[in-house]
Amino acid sequence: MSHLAILPVLLPLVTGSLLLLSSRCAAGLRRAVGFAATLALLPIALLLMSEVADGTHVVYALGGWQPPFGIVLVADRLAALMLLLTAVVAIASHLHAGDGQDTAGPQFQALFQFQLLGINGAFLTGDLFNLFVFFEVLLIAFYALLLHGLGPQRVGAALHVVVLNLIGSALFLFAVGTLYGVTGTLNLADLARVIPRLDADTAPIARSGALLLLGVFALKAALLPLGFWLPRSYAAALGATAALFTVLTKVGVYAILRVFPLAFGSDAGELAGLASPWVLPVALATLAFGALGVLGSRALREAAGWLVVYSVGTLLVAVGLFSEAGYAAAVYYTAHSTLVSAALFLIADVVARQRSAAGDRLDVVDSMPQAGLLGSLYLVAAVAMAGLPPLTGFAGKIMILDAARASGLAVATWSVLLVAALVVIVALARAGSALFWRIEGETPTAVARPRVPLRALAPIGLLLASVVAMVAWGGSATAYAWSTASQIARPSGYVEAVLGDAADDRRSLR
Amino acid sequence: MEALVAIAIGVLTASGLYLMLRARTFPVLLGLTLLSYAVNLFLFASGRLVMASAPLTDQGLDRYPDPVPQALVLTAIVIGFGMTALLVVVALRAIRETGGDHVDGGRR
Repeated sequence: MSHLAILPVLLPLVTGSLLLLSSRCAAGLRRAVGFAATLALLPIALLLMSEVADGTHVVYALGGWQPPFGIVLVADRLAALMLLLTAVVAIASHLHAGDGQDTAGPQFQALFQFQLLGINGAFLTGDLFNLFVFFEVLLIAFYALLLHGLGPQRVGAALHVVVLNLIGSALFLFAVGTLYGVTGTLNLADLARVIPRLDADTAPIARSGALLLLGVFALKAALLPLGFWLPRSYAAALGATAALFTVLTKVGVYAILRVFPLAFGSDAGELAGLASPWVLPVALATLAFGALGVLGSRALREAAGWLVVYSVGTLLVAVGLFSEAGYAAAVYYTAHSTLVSAALFLIADVVARQRSAAGDRLDVVDSMPQAGLLGSLYLVAAVAMAGLPPLTGFAGKIMILDAARASGLAVATWSVLLVAALVVIVALARAGSALFWRIEGETPTAVARPRVPLRALAPIGLLLASVVAMVAWGGSATAYAWSTASQIARPSGYVEAVLGDAADDRRSLR
Repeated sequence: MEALVAIAIGVLTASGLYLMLRARTFPVLLGLTLLSYAVNLFLFASGRLVMASAPLTDQGLDRYPDPVPQALVLTAIVIGFGMTALLVVVALRAIRETGGDHVDGGRR
């Protein structure tokens, strides 16, 4: 058995623990170790991706205990793609943090690794309870990073986030307990096998458990009634960590995309298509709300926070179609929106540093020393985010619109998606012109404003270059999205790979 | 037995919810703790309640408690404890930074 599948979990765990113990070492050394470990995730993710590219599932039974009783990690096309995305965003975020943000508080390096541990684990796990555990790992690192380099505003925002997510964790456990009580298993593949056999007596209990689970994932993904915590807390976080946090909402989306088509998909008997009446309408509402939030923002970082909500809404519209075309659009759009939102957070951070007192507020003040360069980067990110050709947002939206044609809510989906896109274009154009175009006075003021060295723009360049690469090699990117979608839409391959011919007639424990 | 456990879970959840809706951080914290107790009991009961039997299993025993929920509860207790500790720290820090323990920051 190859140990490749556990490396994305093990490497951050070991590095993080070492960094935690070596807090007396020089900051430069710890930064280098942290960066090396983050960088190493990239080849690991690429290797895993090449291994699963032909449609195999890499199943890793922890400690050699076989499923359904042992705990498994499963890497398929979707998980490998998410690992790759996490690695790219983490590298950019770590590079950006190296500019001094990582020394604003203690233990940044260790927390960063633990955050990656939680995210990677959540993408790889094939077990519902372990999903909960990895969620907790990533959340506790998230709280700590949110408080990193602390101020009153940040503490207020963090308190809300912690309380809300603790309630979410309690509900997650209620859901897990309910599903276990009915099915007697927590292994996702085994759940997919047991749930279709539930009879009319037990199915409603499993249904309530599954819908509770959907609610918890919606909280993590910041869907509409549960998403108010996101913009404020992301805007309060440091730029580098906010960029990494854009992956966190995708963990919620990933969990929906993993659990529901697999265990409650079209062949789930009594519970078939359980989530489909809920996800699409809520996603449309989130999308509209997020677009209005972007329009109402008074600062670039706040706008970036609302854009995360907007893109999660768009993404879940694609997921909520629960069709193969929808999944393909969702996979492509996930990659696009994560990279672009992370880039926007980093741009907002650099802009705030150059405008000193005005920060990233959308006021008209003196020009920045590097307005042209930063403005061009902003233009690329904004074009991609708003969904204008030729960048990824356009391709992603076309895929979603095309997939929505077959849906019952096609008219509503098309109109909300297109009108919201228009609102976002207006909002981003307004923000861009306030920041880069309209200036007060002709010359930059006498106040010395730090010019940002080109090196500091490298992380933004990396993220935007990945976006451009997704267009330049658009054929292979969409082909990967489609093959991933076919894997999601046919869960039997996953079940087969995890359980194989494991005895199905195991004795009931009760 | 079932009724007793069900009532206990219900009472704990209801009190926890009530306390969580208060405006000060300390009652909210207590409410979350009560809710996590309710969750732990619930998880424990999800393996079905078995009376007058060995705690895990024994040879020749055909009725014994499901060991998996016990392991889950153990994990959930540890995680819940860590999270509560973290919340206490954040709440204390918020009191020091904002001068009050209102959940929205400051004195109201």
